[in-house]
Amino acid sequence: MDLVITLLIILAKVIGLTFLVVLPLVPISVYFERRFSAIIQDRVGPNRVGIPLTLFGAKKDFSFFGLVQPMADGLKLFLKEDFTPSHVRKAFYWLAPALVVVPALVTVCVVPFGSDIIVNGTAHKLVIADLDVGPLFVFAISSLSVYGITLAGWSSNSKFPFIGGVRSTAQMISYEIALGLSVVPVLLYFGDLNLSNIVEQQAANGWLLLPLWGNSVPWNNGGDYTAWLFWIPAVIAFVIFTTSVFAETNRMPFDLPECETELVGGYHTEYSSMKFAMFFMGEYAAMVIGSSLVVTLFLGGWSLGFGLDAKISALSIGGFGIGGLIHMAVFMTKVVAFILFFILVRWTVPRFRYDQLMRLGWVIFFEAALINVFLAALVIAAPQFGAISTIGGLALLAVVTGALVWVLKVSEKKSVPVSI
Amino acid sequence: MAVVKVTRPKLNTGEKMYLGAIFKGFIITMKHAVASLRNKTRGAEAMESSGMGITMQYPEQKWDEHLPEYYRGAPALVTDEQDRERCVSCQLCEFICPPKAIKITPSEISSDDPWAKVEKRPLEFEIDMIRCIYCGMCEEVCPEQAIYLRKDYAITGVTRAEMVHDKKKLYEIGGKRVGLVNKWNELK
Amino acid sequence: MSDNAATVEAKLPKDLAAEKGLVNVQIDGVWMQVPKGMRMIEACKLAQKEVPHYCYHPKLSAPGNCRMCLVQMGMPPRPAPGQDPVRDGEGYENIGWIPRPVIACANTVGENMGIRTTGELVEKCREGVMEFLLINHPLDCPICDQAGECRLQEFSVEHGKGESRFVDAKVKKPKNVDIGPRVRLDDERCIMCSRCIRFMDEVADDPVLGFTQRGTHTTLTVHPGKRLDSNYSLNTVDICPVGALTSNDFRFQMRVWFLKETKSIDINCGTGANITIWTRGEKVHRITPRQNDEVNSTWMPDSHRLNFHYIDGDTRLAGPILKGSNGHQPASWSAVIAATAAELKKFQPGEVAIIASARMTNEELFLTRELAGAINCSLFTTVPRDGESDGLLISADRNPNTTGAKLVWQSQDPAGPLFAIREGVRNGSIKALLVLGEDLADAGFTAEDLAKPEFIASIQLLAGPTAHASDVVLPGAAFAEKRGSMVNVTGRLQRLNRAVEPIGDAKDDWEILRDLILALQGAKPGTGLAAIEDVFKAMAASVPEFDDLSLSKIGDLGKPVVETGVKIPLLQNERARKAAGLING
Repeated sequence: MDLVITLLIILAKVIGLTFLVVLPLVPISVYFERRFSAIIQDRVGPNRVGIPLTLFGAKKDFSFFGLVQPMADGLKLFLKEDFTPSHVRKAFYWLAPALVVVPALVTVCVVPFGSDIIVNGTAHKLVIADLDVGPLFVFAISSLSVYGITLAGWSSNSKFPFIGGVRSTAQMISYEIALGLSVVPVLLYFGDLNLSNIVEQQAANGWLLLPLWGNSVPWNNGGDYTAWLFWIPAVIAFVIFTTSVFAETNRMPFDLPECETELVGGYHTEYSSMKFAMFFMGEYAAMVIGSSLVVTLFLGGWSLGFGLDAKISALSIGGFGIGGLIHMAVFMTKVVAFILFFILVRWTVPRFRYDQLMRLGWVIFFEAALINVFLAALVIAAPQFGAISTIGGLALLAVVTGALVWVLKVSEKKSVPVSI
Repeated sequence: MAVVKVTRPKLNTGEKMYLGAIFKGFIITMKHAVASLRNKTRGAEAMESSGMGITMQYPEQKWDEHLPEYYRGAPALVTDEQDRERCVSCQLCEFICPPKAIKITPSEISSDDPWAKVEKRPLEFEIDMIRCIYCGMCEEVCPEQAIYLRKDYAITGVTRAEMVHDKKKLYEIGGKRVGLVNKWNELK
Repeated sequence: MSDNAATVEAKLPKDLAAEKGLVNVQIDGVWMQVPKGMRMIEACKLAQKEVPHYCYHPKLSAPGNCRMCLVQMGMPPRPAPGQDPVRDGEGYENIGWIPRPVIACANTVGENMGIRTTGELVEKCREGVMEFLLINHPLDCPICDQAGECRLQEFSVEHGKGESRFVDAKVKKPKNVDIGPRVRLDDERCIMCSRCIRFMDEVADDPVLGFTQRGTHTTLTVHPGKRLDSNYSLNTVDICPVGALTSNDFRFQMRVWFLKETKSIDINCGTGANITIWTRGEKVHRITPRQNDEVNSTWMPDSHRLNFHYIDGDTRLAGPILKGSNGHQPASWSAVIAATAAELKKFQPGEVAIIASARMTNEELFLTRELAGAINCSLFTTVPRDGESDGLLISADRNPNTTGAKLVWQSQDPAGPLFAIREGVRNGSIKALLVLGEDLADAGFTAEDLAKPEFIASIQLLAGPTAHASDVVLPGAAFAEKRGSMVNVTGRLQRLNRAVEPIGDAKDDWEILRDLILALQGAKPGTGLAAIEDVFKAMAASVPEFDDLSLSKIGDLGKPVVETGVKIPLLQNERARKAAGLING
């Protein structure tokens, strides 16, 4: 009986969090994308689609800011002719869209959406699988989506998709390194790989990028400045991680795999209807997951901060703890805000050239993330090390960094420009 | 054309990190966003903006009064002062048309026609408005000043056949045009 | 310098050239050797330097009246008595340039001559000539059929001034003049090059054209009481550099810049004139002769070039037809092929005869022989079609491929069995006929004869008595719709090319024959030869004359494969005129 209830709870979590929270976020972020970009470009954006009351004799349509637009788009994509060109490799061509969507949705299962919901005295965590290897699981699964894109590019049997697929493969593999390395300092700091625990720590002791309450503050923890000093490697890690997430999700300014001016539609050029929509969905789902990871690791996840979380968790209506729901709302707000940042970046930063993209990934971010790991380790170990060892370590790190920069400069000077 | 050689500007270390430039970019885009939300976008007043950005709301608002002189709408055939069809079906527009929207069937003008000396006229002249891209090349290439892009922009139809403008429809849109070069009627 | 070297250098360029019957000419600064007695304009053509011209045509005499081909000429100055000519390091004499231009079309090259086709003098001359030619030329281009292939248009773009300085009224001349059944004249457009006059006089031997009046009023016209009704009149349209002479048939049909050119050959007589088929989309708009100095020079008869309208005419058969109890009904290809094979199998070997045609290509004739083998039939024939030669290009044999039938069937008289077959049909011993692309009325069969056989299957282009009498009608492809090869009366293997797709559901004849053979053998459809190249390969294996050849190796101008001894009169005439130095071509 317990087993059945447990399974039912898991099922409810899966359906609730995946299909009622993350998937609806996809069309909503598409709507935000269109609306926000329109506003940036002095336009209006989709504002028409709504309930066509004029059809039934009313004077005005009920447009509701065009919020029904995503539904209309979805319906359109469903009803479009699902066209399979004759020259494609059918099996892989059909498999590829699924391989893009599924990994993006599977990674949802380790994201903590909120604190506990208490039903009848039992606490249920708002996370599908409370794994102790959260970030590793996310990296492992999300790196699978590169197969979808590569297969799409290859199986389309057409030049533009092929180039798009190859570009995407190289790009995603390159930035996975920076992505993985940049998150190491964070994990060092928290000493935990469980995302729920990481968020709880931040709720109690201040967000990684906002260490202003709890144990982070030196006068609360007996003069330990580690949390504040750690702010420096944390910011570096944040910048690298965020940028790498942009690259991993193939979004501007790193959308070379589907760069319209060069590759028509990139790897999904030959796709139409729902198969195309799956790529589209996969891309936006990846964006949602990326945002929630950034929020979880650096911006306190579901925590409202400033020591308010304990009070919120305690809120309940008749034995039903609603604190978890409020935390979930906080989490979603942060995620949407970060998605808006994604969109802002898209309409601000122009697309990179491919060699610049590769240089940024391999030459700058890889090295910076690596040095950052040591810097973070030094900051964490400083209290035990003592002043001399710490300064010595810092000096060594500075020398290594200087040497790296010097090698970089020298290698740049020697490189002969290749004219194309 | 003269070749201008441009050297890349030398960047200092701060500029090389691009972070400042990116933040400047954020400020610019956000400025635009705020401006359009407050309906203070530059040019919004002149364009009778609907309240956000510079966008007009079609079909409640129409652009007609604002159409510039050089606006390129539907291509149409014109007649001259003496109601002679100016087109002699030289088929240059059919040749130049980038989307191949124009189809002309030439024919000979019979010897008892008052304009027999022109010798040639189109029997059929069809423009497929589904294909037309309003580029105006037909107008530019026409040696007889017979085809013009008018200001009609709302070309609609419920069937493909409806969207093909035949000779009658084209003269209907085009109408009479006076003051053009008179080559065949010695009016000068 | 040693004595040895001196003896080697004693051979001057002029001596080296003279040994080969050539002369040294410097064209735009480059020395080259050209045949002695060649016109300067042809020498420039050899040097790939274009000299613009209107009146000059390599196959006609050169009166030099358009003045467009003016070039600068130079010869070595004559040395004073006792003085040696001055030579440069390579042994050429220095050229003294003549300060006035000469026409390149009527002057012949000489030893150590210099020609300049560019330079200020030449360009000024061309500009001036163009301006004069355009003074009275109407601005008719939008309605002129020549637009797009008009030499006046081309050269006024390249050498003209761009605007006219002429302020007086242009001379009015007759327009839209009916001078013959196939040719329309517009005198205002004429630039008086006289090519048409010379062609009718020298080649067609029917001098009906001439000039009247003088100066700017010069008018091209036909002799009083005569008309331009020669069977070669449309060649004047081809050679007219402007739109003065236009073809009634092609008039206002289509602008030439839309037309796709396909190189092929004419199938109206044994000469096999080389032609260009001009098509837009799937419609043939005109046919013009293509230069081949071994077959038709640059000419062809009107009757042949206009014989293409049937390709998409009203009587053209566009789908297979099966005769049932309720008359002729459309059917599918698989049904008609199966029905034909099943019917043919019902008869004894001696009861079936095949009437093929010498209008078929070699490939089709080859498959016909295979087909005869498949049904064990020894009675297969072509239909002779003899007429009279017109003394120019039309040969007495009006079948285009009689020579090919002889080669492919290895028979001296491919039309031999026709008489026996006709008698067989009449006396009832032949009960089934397979007619391939031939009209039985031409073969001497009367309507009663056609009613006698129990079964007739025919490949036909047009609805007619034969198609009407057939139980199965298989629509074939017209000459512009198929690829293949033919051998003309002189024994030259030439190539047909596909300009348009077969109309409607019609099929290439060789494919029909292949499918029929497959059906008779009981093989699965689609297992036979895949391409016409494969048919040629199979044929070349059994015909020794085609050994080592393939369709692509035939080339655009054909390959002689057998010596028949037949000569083409027009070419004989042309060669004589060339030998006499009257023409250059």
